[in-house]
Amino acid sequence: MLVGNGMAGMRAIEELLELAPDLYDITVFGSEPHGNYNRILLSPVLAAEKTVADIMLNTREWYEQNGIMLHAGDEVVRIDRARRKVIAKSGLEVPYDRLILATGSNPIVLPVPGKELDGVVSYRDIADVDRMVDASRHFKHAVVIGGGLLGLEAAYGLQKRGMDVTVVHLLPTLMERQLDGAAGGLLKRSLEQRGLRFLMPAQTAAILGDERVRGVKFADGTEVPADLVVMAVGIRPNVALAKASGIACERGVLVNDTMQTFDPRIYALGECVQHRGSCYGLVAPLFEQARVVANHLAEFGIGRYSGSQTSTKLKVTGIDLFSAGDFTGGADTEELVFQDPARGVYKKVVVKDNKIKGAVLYGDTVDGAWYFQLLRDGTQIGDFRENLLFGQAHVGDSGTAGADAVTGLPDTAEICGCNGVCKGDIVKAITKKNLFTLDEVRAHTKASSSCGSCTGLVEQLLANTLGGDYSEAPAKKPMCPCTIHTHEEVRATVTREKLMSIPDAMRFLEWKTPDGCHKCRPALNFYMLCAWPGEYQDDKQSRFINERAHGNIQRDGTYSVVPRIWGGVTSAKELRAIADVAEKYAVPTVKITGGQRIDLLGVKKEDLPRVWRDLSAAGFVSGHAYGKALRTVKTCVGKEWCRFGTQDSTGLGIKLEQVTWGSWHPHKVKLAVSGCPRNCAEATIKDLGVVCVESGYELHVGGNGGIKIRSTDFLCKVSTEEEVTEYCCAYLQLYREEARYLERTAPWIERVGLTHVRERIVDDAAGRKALYGRFLESQKYSQTDPWAERAAGKQADEYLPLEPAARPELVS
Amino acid sequence: MTWLDVGPLEALPERGARCLRAGELTVAVFRTSTGEVFALRDQCPHRGGPLSQGIVHGTRVTCPLHDWVIDLKTGRATGVDEGATATFAVRVVDGRVLLEVPAELLAKAS
Repeated sequence: MLVGNGMAGMRAIEELLELAPDLYDITVFGSEPHGNYNRILLSPVLAAEKTVADIMLNTREWYEQNGIMLHAGDEVVRIDRARRKVIAKSGLEVPYDRLILATGSNPIVLPVPGKELDGVVSYRDIADVDRMVDASRHFKHAVVIGGGLLGLEAAYGLQKRGMDVTVVHLLPTLMERQLDGAAGGLLKRSLEQRGLRFLMPAQTAAILGDERVRGVKFADGTEVPADLVVMAVGIRPNVALAKASGIACERGVLVNDTMQTFDPRIYALGECVQHRGSCYGLVAPLFEQARVVANHLAEFGIGRYSGSQTSTKLKVTGIDLFSAGDFTGGADTEELVFQDPARGVYKKVVVKDNKIKGAVLYGDTVDGAWYFQLLRDGTQIGDFRENLLFGQAHVGDSGTAGADAVTGLPDTAEICGCNGVCKGDIVKAITKKNLFTLDEVRAHTKASSSCGSCTGLVEQLLANTLGGDYSEAPAKKPMCPCTIHTHEEVRATVTREKLMSIPDAMRFLEWKTPDGCHKCRPALNFYMLCAWPGEYQDDKQSRFINERAHGNIQRDGTYSVVPRIWGGVTSAKELRAIADVAEKYAVPTVKITGGQRIDLLGVKKEDLPRVWRDLSAAGFVSGHAYGKALRTVKTCVGKEWCRFGTQDSTGLGIKLEQVTWGSWHPHKVKLAVSGCPRNCAEATIKDLGVVCVESGYELHVGGNGGIKIRSTDFLCKVSTEEEVTEYCCAYLQLYREEARYLERTAPWIERVGLTHVRERIVDDAAGRKALYGRFLESQKYSQTDPWAERAAGKQADEYLPLEPAARPELVS
Repeated sequence: MTWLDVGPLEALPERGARCLRAGELTVAVFRTSTGEVFALRDQCPHRGGPLSQGIVHGTRVTCPLHDWVIDLKTGRATGVDEGATATFAVRVVDGRVLLEVPAELLAKAS
């Protein structure tokens, strides 16, 4: 039984249908005579930018198709908790086993004379919008009381409908709960330019008129004419039904972390609830709440809601405004401010102990999502503080994340280059298929689902299309849909509980699926391999095919073979052996790779063991070009030949590769050694790069030449090759132990901060030696050449097709 | 239709698959963690990726090329993806895996 046919309740029902489609017979009561619609899009409807049909989320047909009994337009007036039934206004009585309360909130009506006059409306539902649209057809003067988010959206909509609009606000700053004085001032000026008038600060004393409203009178005695008065001074959780039914309420219906009220058979969520002292008047938190409610109703019993951080965005076309967190600050906070009045740009970030506490952006909100992420994650910003206000594009990233605001792009602009998805496709999918989260957009459009570099743009499109108070991604992101645990929680548990097999880990952590999926299994396998070297039995079936078959699968199902060429140095004899293999197995393409090796492309799977046998005979081992593993160590020729070379970069590269080859990592790892600062080996875009100088070796970390170009951060300088090896291995081990599976070193370092890496590798000598020791210990078990083993017959079945019985037996 | 003996159950890796070649056609024979056996045409409805090479989880396989998830029971793509690959009847009798194939393919396979 759901009481309240709005976004919150219906989201919970949809989540429940996903988890346990047949567990309940579902009945829904809603006081409005509609299906479920997207309330946050009422403003675009008022502004004639969308129609009511555009914002429907669940039509009446949908309820029928899903076997849900909908009573729309009938209100529940009482819950008889003893007999477990609800009584509706119509007299209808319906029993329940479990009940969800999602009664939302009511608009606050100012207790002034004249509040019940014709033409005085609040702004909450479709009926209110209808009344306002109707008034705009027949009347001229509108007064909106309340200069908050809702009031301004109402004012803007009415003005677009041709009315002459005055906004009355009690305080001197517009949207004072979201904006500081400076941003509020910019907003006011911009709205005035669009033709809105403001009276503020001004206190409403009375609404004038006989039957229909004709004016508004203020405390100072002044009056303005009005044919329509919109009260948008705030909302209050709607607790009437809960209270009348004896359910504990304060400002809202009290719920615990499992979203249960004091009556454990009754759950509540959305704007009507009070959780850990907070009531939310925004849509964002309900997504997470709905997940928790559905999880418990489906009898999984593991979800918990721990409160939400919220952010705000104004849905007025052409005005970019974003705010999140605590943006007013206090004695113990610092404010970073950027102001450019000519461009109409204002940015303020409030910082405490080098962490973001809040942000207000006006005029340029491209980085809103980024600041919000940093805020929710509690990221240390010390390492990039000087560039913070210039945005993510200026923080070691010249990829697409810093592209112009998506609002300015045409529908034909390609957003996702990997899958060829344009802005128009994404916006259409969001509106037509009612998508709310990044994951849903990924599933439906494929945008942002491959390399992920357009994620920021897609998030902006979501926020712009859905409008404002929408925000997604719970602070705690589960590893994959099979579990509620994060990567960090899973890793910590694996180590603490000494979990040594994937089934054990899944049982202990209460996995939701019998044997996981293609996302969690490879991650679990790596985490255990890393935690228990030599003890953990590698699960081949939980590795991606490339690592299972030790070749890189190509689009036609053939494989590529890249033998290891130590430090990029080869010989005539080796080249001849590769040429022989290429001819003998009719390899279609032979290509020099970017990592100074040779790629044999188009080898059939059955041929792999024989190809490897021939390469092994010539002294080659696997180059791991297919793995989340140590790939190459690129080198320049160094001082042996080069007139500029300062050290033996080639020799050092070979030594590093010999120590590190065979190691498995959260993602691929590439090293390089350059013999002088001219850096011909491109060491400063590698996961770890060594730049030789006369006096020693500079170590650079966290570079990337791929999806997002990121040049390395300087870690430290050392003076001997032995130190290079120790620091390099310790750094790789830290990455292995701390990064999330499939996270490259660049995003890992941006997440944990260079300071952290420096503290562990440079400042803490004992810690570094321990990391180095663990790396070497792990290498004892990983430096067996997988190709030689398979050439000798290991896992032969993997490479052979099934052989039907010699004479097919004809069975019935 | 004919039941073709393609080998003992142990020849199939748990949570994995092996292939049977029959001329142009490749059939992937899967074995799940619970010992169930399924057979599909070894071609993802998306871009033709070899499903036999994917990670098997529950009664599903994830295509190694672009992560489409295919239901082993129906051959259909799951989630919001649309498309299907052909399925073949398969059963285990006395520890042998028997695959039902059209007679004309049988000639090519044997």
